[in-house]
Amino acid sequence: MQVYLPIAEMSVNALLVLGMGGLIGFLSGMFGVGGGFLMTPLLIFIGVPPAVAVGTQANQLVAASVSGVLAHWRRGNVDVKLGVVMLIGGVIGTGIGVWIFGILQRLGQIDIAITLSYVFFLGTIGGMMMLESSRAIIRRRSPTAKRGKLHRHIWLHGLPFKMRFHRSKLYISALLPAGIGVVGGILVAIMGIGGGFLLVPAMIYLLNMPAGLVAGTSLFQIIFTTAAATLLQAATNHTVDAMLALLLLVGGVVGAQFGTKVGSRIPGEQARLMLATIVVGVALKLAWDLFAPPLDVYTLSMGIA
Amino acid sequence: MRWPTRRGVVRGVVQGLAALAGLALGVTFAATVWAQQMVADLSSHLIAITTGFTGTEVVLFGATDGVGDVAIIVNGPRLPAIVRRKTRVLGMWMNTDSVRFSQAPSYHSVAASRPLDQIVAKTALERQQIGAPQLQLDPQETLDPQELAAFRAALIRNKQRAGLYGTNVGAVSFLGDRLFRTNIYFPANVPTGLYNVEALLIRDGEVVSAQTTPLVVSKVGFSAEVYDMARHRPITYGVLAVLGAVAAGWAAGAAFRRV
Repeated sequence: MQVYLPIAEMSVNALLVLGMGGLIGFLSGMFGVGGGFLMTPLLIFIGVPPAVAVGTQANQLVAASVSGVLAHWRRGNVDVKLGVVMLIGGVIGTGIGVWIFGILQRLGQIDIAITLSYVFFLGTIGGMMMLESSRAIIRRRSPTAKRGKLHRHIWLHGLPFKMRFHRSKLYISALLPAGIGVVGGILVAIMGIGGGFLLVPAMIYLLNMPAGLVAGTSLFQIIFTTAAATLLQAATNHTVDAMLALLLLVGGVVGAQFGTKVGSRIPGEQARLMLATIVVGVALKLAWDLFAPPLDVYTLSMGIA
Repeated sequence: MRWPTRRGVVRGVVQGLAALAGLALGVTFAATVWAQQMVADLSSHLIAITTGFTGTEVVLFGATDGVGDVAIIVNGPRLPAIVRRKTRVLGMWMNTDSVRFSQAPSYHSVAASRPLDQIVAKTALERQQIGAPQLQLDPQETLDPQELAAFRAALIRNKQRAGLYGTNVGAVSFLGDRLFRTNIYFPANVPTGLYNVEALLIRDGEVVSAQTTPLVVSKVGFSAEVYDMARHRPITYGVLAVLGAVAAGWAAGAAFRRV
């Protein structure tokens, strides 16, 4: 069944897009990540213009994070105060990101900027996750290994504007969560991802937040950054395809429910290693595209005065 | 002999009128043909891009006043175009050079009753811009001719790959000496706007008569509304997109709560 996408201006197979949404939803439910980092490259792969893929993905992630945060909210796993401080940074970051996005789009460098940031972030985070999870698996097999320090003080904790976050039992500078938010916001705008894979480790290692609150709080603030990104992309770059978002959303929501069930049966380290493998795989594929000779070194864009 | 019934009479009168009208139409048609040497029209003057649109075909049909060849040229709305070239930068393929063309047809296809080189002189091909290689594509900046040729060829190649410039000349088939028809195909990614369908009558290598017919390609229904809103009321569109997503996420979260 073919469906015409009004903003992407192309016709796609609805079942294919639903299936893609379902598959990514399944993985995101299984590993507890947004899955945007997989969806955007997939959309580009089936021929959706990269700019539209990123804008639409932001819209789809609003729905995914709302449904995700509900479960965490019911269990009280959301630190609203910390989330609000993060999202102030996040909205600023989104604004900066959308502005950069527009400039790059006019310069004709948006495609390479998207690919490069994917290769950089996915490669780095995926590599680190891979190391950490394989170490954890080895450590579990040889229980004599030493445990690291629980809490470390680094220069980041000496920043001004200290604030107390009761829910997370933290007394830290407000600049820290806000700064993480800014980076997350930029990523939402340029890469079309929630940025959970970057926010979650940052919140654990930089803020020393209790692990139980991390997922819920990051999802909580992702709702607002993705919503801001959707609005700004729609208003300035006209790159949000509501039709495509709807198809992805339906597939994603259903897939996520099954993914969550399967994910609860897999041990944490193994799930993280699997996720890391996928992340590194995507990064390598994109890096290959960057260096391999293209089909045609000339490209055409029309209608932009 | 049976007297005609009342209904029969009415039917007879209607048939008679229809025949008369047909005759009148035929006469006008013949007169126009006489005056214009050729008439042509399309099976439809509107291509509606609906949600289920996967491309469509439009039939062009017409008549000439005698033996001759016919060429049909379809041009989409002319838009500015940018062609970019990638080169290796630190091993990566990156857009480095670009050429802006002030305007290029967004769609171009040609159909003819015989191979073009057999029916029309090369100069006429260029004058009428028949076929992608003959299109007049002028860059906005002055450029080395060799570079220009490369960028022009790239524009045409990219358009052909997208299925928007014809790679070969379509067939115009004649029924007898005078009636002709051809099918013009528009793919799913056809750009919207006002198209020009030009029919040329060619005799002895020269164009003796030409007729242009407009054709509108437009988004219709839901997809048109979405597009219009995204373009003209982008903030409302953005707000609706966000609200829709929040509602969908909420509904999904609530629906699967017990699963």
